[in-house]
Amino acid sequence: MPASTVAARHSGLVRVTHWVTALCFFALLVTGFEIVISHPRFYWGETGNVLTHPWFQLPIPASRSLVQTGYGYVMPDQNGWSRYLHFQAAWVLVLTGLLYAIYGLLTGHFRKSLLPAAADWSRKALSTAIVSHLRFTRPSEAEARSYNLLQRLAYLFVIFILFPLVIWTGLAMSPGFVSAFPASVNLLGGQQSARTLHFFVTLALVLFLLVHVGMVCFAGFRSRMRAMITGRVR
Amino acid sequence: MSNFSRRKLITTGLAAAAGVVGLGAAERIAQAYGLIPPDHGGIYGLGETLTYASQRLLTRHSLAREFSRSQISKPPLANEMPPLNDAYKHLQAGGFADWRLAVDGMVARPASFSLGQLKSYPSHTQITMLQCEEGWSYIAEWNGVPLSHVLDAVGTLPQARYVVYFSIDPDWWESIDMADALHPQTFLAYGMNGDELPVGNGGPLRLRLPRQLGYKSVKFITHMTVTDSLKGFGKGLGSAAPEAGYAWYAGI
Repeated sequence: MPASTVAARHSGLVRVTHWVTALCFFALLVTGFEIVISHPRFYWGETGNVLTHPWFQLPIPASRSLVQTGYGYVMPDQNGWSRYLHFQAAWVLVLTGLLYAIYGLLTGHFRKSLLPAAADWSRKALSTAIVSHLRFTRPSEAEARSYNLLQRLAYLFVIFILFPLVIWTGLAMSPGFVSAFPASVNLLGGQQSARTLHFFVTLALVLFLLVHVGMVCFAGFRSRMRAMITGRVR
Repeated sequence: MSNFSRRKLITTGLAAAAGVVGLGAAERIAQAYGLIPPDHGGIYGLGETLTYASQRLLTRHSLAREFSRSQISKPPLANEMPPLNDAYKHLQAGGFADWRLAVDGMVARPASFSLGQLKSYPSHTQITMLQCEEGWSYIAEWNGVPLSHVLDAVGTLPQARYVVYFSIDPDWWESIDMADALHPQTFLAYGMNGDELPVGNGGPLRLRLPRQLGYKSVKFITHMTVTDSLKGFGKGLGSAAPEAGYAWYAGI
């Protein structure tokens, strides 16, 4: 096949880790929601329970009767397998992420594909990119082969800020992990602060997911999916 | 097939083979060092084993955070509990004078301790957090006897690897490995916030295990068995927790 009609887009490792991460994130989200509804109240500081004043309470029914939700019933309690799956998916996500990070650094994938180009390190480049996105300008042919500036910034933010934060705040809720690394929870302001932050970082990741899928659809669902599955742009 | 893709195939194959051999070796080592949890079977067994093994290695000597008096929760939460059975009510009516903690199994001197006897041992006080798997938590000052002291008194045999402990409520029993059983912060609490341990918080006797979630800190303890294998207890999954779908190891 002539090289000009087949362009390599995403390497095998990028594709595999992308889909494994997507699957894990879905599992973590569903099980995370299941875990949250056993106590849909959020606090700040070290401790919090039904006898203390919450920062906020989610207006949803709970899966345990301990929390007064105002609903006259209790949701089915699926906390057992949810927690098992949550932590198993977390392991797969972390190990996959580590593999991707090592690959990204060693092969220069991060530098080439995610770091903004030298010409884009300017306020003008950023404002131009934002304006064209807000105008829903159709992406050019070249954008099928390389991430644009906003994509690069968003992906860097998700990979290096949001995911590490969601993992850190998660581990900070583990009494075992915290006994070995108490700074992990002390730096966050306490066990309940870690829990609340974990919730907000999750919301940020969900927002990213929605925008990401929306943008993929807008740019061309079939061409982008083909590239992330087969690795080639036709 | 070009040379390039054949090399890739060989490299991938070698990496996969190394991975399989590595996993096999890791499993052997994990088995020898007691890093495989009793609920390692089933579809969640891999994650559970990774969690238990990694935390067991990380936390051999780590200490749960201890707080200051000013951080004690007022009032401490006594979460809902099932109606206590007749056996408990009978002992309660007698002021728990007849409460006994029986310790048996792989010990040189099986014994039955009254609360008075436990209180005569050197007491231990700690201000730690109790975290429930539901997500809530509170801090209290607990007072009691270190479990290691009681195990020393009965003389655990060298081949012992776990301590199984039972509540007066027959559905609630748990177990921990010897590393946790002998840990300085693991103790049998009979006092809380300067008073006798309230019934709602597990009085007259509960286990305190601050490096794991609250469901391991079983209330109303009456019996402990020291053992080298968890297979003979219940369904052999380690405790009532996996039988209800929860992890045996509750460090997270």
